[in-house]
Amino acid sequence: MDQLTARELRDKIAQGEIKSQDATQAAFDAIEKTNGNIGAFLQTHKEHALKKAAQIDEKISNGDAVGSLAGLPIAIKDNMCMDVGKTTCASKYLENFHAPYNGGAVEKLNQADAVIIGKCNMDEYAMGSSTENSGLQKTANPWDTARVPGGSSGGSAAAVAAKMCWATLGSDTGGSIRQPASFCGVVGLKPTYGRVSRYGLVAYGSSLDQIGPITKTVGDAGLMLGAIAGYDNRDSTSVPETDAPVLDYLKDLDKPIENLKIGVAKEFFEVDGLDPDVAKSVKEALNLYESMGAKLVDVELPHIKYSVATYYLVATAEASSNLARYDGVHYGHRTADPKDYIDVYSSSREEGFGEEVKRRIMLGTYALSSGYYDAYYLKALKVRNLIRQDFNHAFEKVDCLMSPTAPEVAFKMGDKTDNPLKMYLSDIYTIAVNLAGMPGISIPCGLNSNNLPIGLQIISPNFTEDKLLRIANMFESKTDHHTRFPAR
Amino acid sequence: MDVKLIVGLEIHVHLATNTKMFCGCRLGYDDPPNTNVCPVCLGMPGSLPVINKQAYIHSVRTALALNCSITKFTKWDRKSYYYPDLPKNYQISQYDLPMSEHGYMDIPLGDGKTKRIRILRAHLEEDAGKNLHEGLGHSQVDLNRAGSPLLEIVTEPDLNSAEECRILAMELQKLVQFIGASHGDMQKGHMRFEPNINLHITEGNNTYKTPICEVKNLNSFRAVEGAVAYEEWRHLEEWKMDHDFVMEKQDKQNRGWDDVKKETVFQRGKEEAHDYRYFPDPDLVPVVIDGVWLEEIKSTMGELPAAMKERFISDYGLNDYDAMVLTGDKATATFFDDAVKAGAKAKIVTNIVTQYGLSIANEKQVALDQIGVSSAQVADLAKLIDDGTINSSAAKTIFEKMLTEDGDPKSIAEKHNLIQVSDTSALEGILDQVLADNQKAVEDFRAGGKKAPKSRGFLLGQVMQKSKGQANPKVVGDLLDAKLNG
Repeated sequence: MDQLTARELRDKIAQGEIKSQDATQAAFDAIEKTNGNIGAFLQTHKEHALKKAAQIDEKISNGDAVGSLAGLPIAIKDNMCMDVGKTTCASKYLENFHAPYNGGAVEKLNQADAVIIGKCNMDEYAMGSSTENSGLQKTANPWDTARVPGGSSGGSAAAVAAKMCWATLGSDTGGSIRQPASFCGVVGLKPTYGRVSRYGLVAYGSSLDQIGPITKTVGDAGLMLGAIAGYDNRDSTSVPETDAPVLDYLKDLDKPIENLKIGVAKEFFEVDGLDPDVAKSVKEALNLYESMGAKLVDVELPHIKYSVATYYLVATAEASSNLARYDGVHYGHRTADPKDYIDVYSSSREEGFGEEVKRRIMLGTYALSSGYYDAYYLKALKVRNLIRQDFNHAFEKVDCLMSPTAPEVAFKMGDKTDNPLKMYLSDIYTIAVNLAGMPGISIPCGLNSNNLPIGLQIISPNFTEDKLLRIANMFESKTDHHTRFPAR
Repeated sequence: MDVKLIVGLEIHVHLATNTKMFCGCRLGYDDPPNTNVCPVCLGMPGSLPVINKQAYIHSVRTALALNCSITKFTKWDRKSYYYPDLPKNYQISQYDLPMSEHGYMDIPLGDGKTKRIRILRAHLEEDAGKNLHEGLGHSQVDLNRAGSPLLEIVTEPDLNSAEECRILAMELQKLVQFIGASHGDMQKGHMRFEPNINLHITEGNNTYKTPICEVKNLNSFRAVEGAVAYEEWRHLEEWKMDHDFVMEKQDKQNRGWDDVKKETVFQRGKEEAHDYRYFPDPDLVPVVIDGVWLEEIKSTMGELPAAMKERFISDYGLNDYDAMVLTGDKATATFFDDAVKAGAKAKIVTNIVTQYGLSIANEKQVALDQIGVSSAQVADLAKLIDDGTINSSAAKTIFEKMLTEDGDPKSIAEKHNLIQVSDTSALEGILDQVLADNQKAVEDFRAGGKKAPKSRGFLLGQVMQKSKGQANPKVVGDLLDAKLNG
């Protein structure tokens, strides 16, 4: 069963060939066997999931209509509020937090008859690129357990790569879906900002955060996106369907784009520390597209070099404010025996947050402080506009942009934990896409000499996920990288 | 030495919406603690705010009533500070692009003149909850109020006396109640005032400006007037003792008002002032005001109290005092206006409303249109007085009967024999009887001199009494004069 894609499994369940209960049980069996080594899951909800699967099986056997995910077992990143189990954000502060409500994406999954089997590990509050910042547990890369799975949605990517389930949801603020997908050799899609409701997604950088799928194939990503996309009146930044309708992402998936024009920015290949194996794989991918009739067009993204700096002002400023609510007063961790009410705040936060979270709160607080606001935050907003313009200019000439997803393959655990700046550069290719709001996908495009996966990033204009998936599918249909999984 | 008091007021007005500013929770501060709450106003992880359109409409209406210009593009900002009653530890407010600015309000002064107070800006924000400290050895937080919509109105420093501050506060209350933007109930904390106060003292060629003091959270008109007057006195005393009590040498202070001791108390200085780290709230999209929508709001604004008062004076011939009383609240003004528009004489309607209607409304603690008598009934009653069908004492009785009985004033008057008798033949009999029974008074009247008017009044009264109040006093008077002088 684990050889199947999510779409295949979904079809078989819907047609009654496989029971959702059996698929769900198979997922739990795989988790039991594998999760000990990988640590992708923070929690599983076996009883609840099997009950849900049984209900869907009954619907199917009764011939009742079922949702688009028809009993497919899936897992979500543990920063999405769900009224089953806990919502920890891999933080000690929220270690025992039970959300009293379901977020928008979780509701959509339920409406689509998905079976949510559990919640995946992540960097604390989605801050990190290796999942090493999880305050609760370590996650290993299934291709090499001495290496990181990437982050912050490392658990979600590792769960798919290790075949513990068929699809997961991650969240992407600066690359947190695409980079771990690249490191784990799976597909990761960050939709356009506003495409998927953020209601119930625990905020890190509110103007950048977006939920998206991590899957085995491009088609599976389309299936998942179709289930979770759409307007939510509880999220003012979600985009109404009248402005951008949710499309059928599978209908024309197999139709190649005629006369495809691919933008290639020299800036993307002049990055310090770009692994030659990665550069080679990505260039081979570009060549393959050329052989399919696509045209490579040189584009300029002159402001892209400021992406990382801009991101670490915008995201941390928002984070410093978003995380102010974790104060020990209302819910979550409260320090024992505080001296006074100020101590409730300072000690609860000191004890509840990890190093990287504290670092980013400090950075953001500084950037917003009186006297520094104009020089840092305001300037960052301006550069952000310039970066957005760079992309818009490029898209006047081309259908999409292609680049490596990350400058390197999965690195060894501990390699960058002492050097946050080095860690931040891991997201150099993905960050600009969040700043611009556009959709981006990472698909596997090869293995390096150490048998570690390499990811190709494709970026397209706002709300063109249908085209983005078709472009990605052109490559997938001509290659077998997506069929490679780490040895058990 | 010349001393000038300079005051600017910040006013927080609770808007009369059904639900909170950014979520669907009911507004009900007095309900059991933490019963009107949800993930959004509790600041739960993952929750997001959504604007309450009604709050925006109330704000636009208030701003228009304050002659402010409505900003076409506004945004929301986060104001960060830590306090247990603030669940997110930031307040959603409007910082550099308020929804409206640059207006004014004309306030009436005692001498019949008005003074123009400029409005700097008005912006929308959410309120915090409430911390309760009830001798438990620990504090409790009630978040029923957290997230309720507040309009903050800031005046320019155009107020120059404690009395002017009080008048502005009262006029503003009247205005927001009149347009329905707020219940304006001071007891329930619907309005809070924060005056920024200092003195400009000129001595010889030197002008000394005392440091600005802001008195926080005043919630009664008396407190506003008291706090400003106290600060006026205190600033002068402090300066007299020490000429270094000037803004160049001393920082701005926040002070509180002790309502028992009737004095202000120091709360914090600049060194403890917050850096609020304002920045645009990424969870909310900017508000872009549609011109058509704004025109729609403008067209449904109706007449404001100041304009109505002017009209009552110019069109209906009311005096300033009556016009002020009759435009004190919207229900009264509309009630009065409707009665006059139904064809009754303004002067008579004024008397009925001010003498009977408002006293009953006050007694019952309801608006004038809730006492059980309609403006149409009052118009009819006024017409009956005007055409002599009833006299004024009967009018009072009829008005009181109308509170509990059905029917138009005329049928009530008939039912209770309150129709005025103007028929001379019917009245002559009574009059003759009264003259016969009161010879002494008749003689006194005929003798003329000091006693005459009193005797006439006495005889008139006797006729009125015998007619059970139904006699037309004017007709009786004429008859009496004819008979006694004849």
